[in-house]
Amino acid sequence: MKMACSINITPNKVVINGKELHYTERGEELLTAIYRSQINDYPKFFKMDSLCRLGFVASELLLNGELDRFKPREDRAIVFFNSSSSLCNDENYQKTIQDKNNYFPSPAIFVYTLPNIVTGEIAIRNKYYGETSFYVLDRLDIESMEQIINDTFQDLTTKSVLGGWLDCKDKDHFEAHLFLIKDEETSNLPNWDKTIINKIIYSKQ
Amino acid sequence: MIVKIADNIISPLGFTTERNYQAVKAGESSIQLHKRHWGIPEPFMASLFKEGEIDNEFGKLHPACKYTDFEKAIILSIDKALQQTAINPSSDRVQFILSTTKGNIYLLDDKKDGFSKERVLLGVSAQYIADFFHNPNQPIVISNACISGVCAQITAMRCLQSNRCDTAIVVGCDIQSRFIVSGFQSFKALSPDQCKPFDVKRRGLNLGEAAATIIYSKKNRTDVDNNEWSVCRGAIRNDANHISGPSKTGEGSFRALRTIIQEKDIPKIAFINSHGTSTLYNDEMESIAISRAGLQSIPVNSLKGYYGHTMGAAGILESILSMQAVDDKNILATRGYETCGVSHPLILSNENCPTDKQAFIKLLSGFGGCNAALLFKRGELL
Repeated sequence: MKMACSINITPNKVVINGKELHYTERGEELLTAIYRSQINDYPKFFKMDSLCRLGFVASELLLNGELDRFKPREDRAIVFFNSSSSLCNDENYQKTIQDKNNYFPSPAIFVYTLPNIVTGEIAIRNKYYGETSFYVLDRLDIESMEQIINDTFQDLTTKSVLGGWLDCKDKDHFEAHLFLIKDEETSNLPNWDKTIINKIIYSKQ
Repeated sequence: MIVKIADNIISPLGFTTERNYQAVKAGESSIQLHKRHWGIPEPFMASLFKEGEIDNEFGKLHPACKYTDFEKAIILSIDKALQQTAINPSSDRVQFILSTTKGNIYLLDDKKDGFSKERVLLGVSAQYIADFFHNPNQPIVISNACISGVCAQITAMRCLQSNRCDTAIVVGCDIQSRFIVSGFQSFKALSPDQCKPFDVKRRGLNLGEAAATIIYSKKNRTDVDNNEWSVCRGAIRNDANHISGPSKTGEGSFRALRTIIQEKDIPKIAFINSHGTSTLYNDEMESIAISRAGLQSIPVNSLKGYYGHTMGAAGILESILSMQAVDDKNILATRGYETCGVSHPLILSNENCPTDKQAFIKLLSGFGGCNAALLFKRGELL
């Protein structure tokens, strides 16, 4: 498999294809700042929970500039991993039912109590009809992630995967390491393997 | 070929696959009315384990109580499936794959069980389960809303195909709680009465609890017996339309069905075991997708009237019961169905019907716009 591009977002840093984008905002405000400076045409962003906001801005930066960006397609899968599942928003929802004197379960919050909603948000934005999957591991295990993403190409419709690690512990503690991975034998792109994944996730530039 | 080696269902209808199949065949349902349950103001219909039922059964296997009900149900189900085999679960050639949507989420509500907060993390809970069986591999959890049970089977197929394991233990489970029930109530998705899949009077879904396990291995085609089951093709597709409502064109389900079905398979398929949740929009969407895929001549059923919607277990539980039904030359009745209430007519029945065909399709859809389909065949068709 080949790597077309990569992005890292943490609460205080944004790195796209190895190059840092400079922002003064941190945490939750960083995601809003990225949205306002780079995207700004998708107000649904403000309805999303933190995990979806993180996945949305990361995917936007990664896909920005791709030819035929919004052309409907079935040949691209979205395959994400994390260890917190949707816990960040689960705790928000729990607050709405915790106290029986202040019991107001909200469908707008409940819908985000599933980790795979972010894959749906990105599929809707980009008109991706392909596979969408969300896996939960007890830690960032690069080997499992690499194997499962490689296996996704066993579905012969799938020619590229928007995939990687997307974890949000709470609105100010999050981590996105996403890749656009292509099933191309001959291209000049670098190989997508454990070495390059490690380098991108743990590099200290 | 990816072949089913063993299975088990643990549900309020029984703790073996055989008992569950016989109960469903006889038309039993475990869906009941629950009033003031878990402090939820509105009454709700659901299929729930009886208090202490899982504990009692788990006590026969293992005395320690350091597991949650969710984990106990899963361990019990895996253990009962393993007992039918000679597989050693501690082998590094065995991979555990877990399907769940909310795992131990009830620990957010009620922490007095003495479990740490991290137990609510699906990966942590899965590791406790793998550790029980002394399995050395990183367990994989798939959490893809209501389609997780089919996705877990697709993940197993792929692990086996790429030769990363010799055996995949696929287990699905969800345990109901105030968290989940209140959420579906807020969505106005719950039916005040027994659910009626595809019926003109359907008013929503019922929730349910269960754990179900399938153990898969890889075999050469020549080694597959006529009465063995193979999971042949699977696909996951997105509607790219809405995060909480099904597509009006059945887009993802249609595309998933189109991916797994070839024209020559159609006459061999006994039935499509649909998601059939009994919500207005889901059942309508499935009728559109099945019709668009040109499969409207194949009988359709839904098992939600027996168990409710068992979430992470549904795809596995319903696949097992469908295999049992084909072995028994039977198309299970759609309990609760009377009059067709979808725009694209389907062949549905509230009575068991005979069949001599040897294959079926499992279809599921879920929040996030995801849809999944699997094609199963008995050995003699391979």
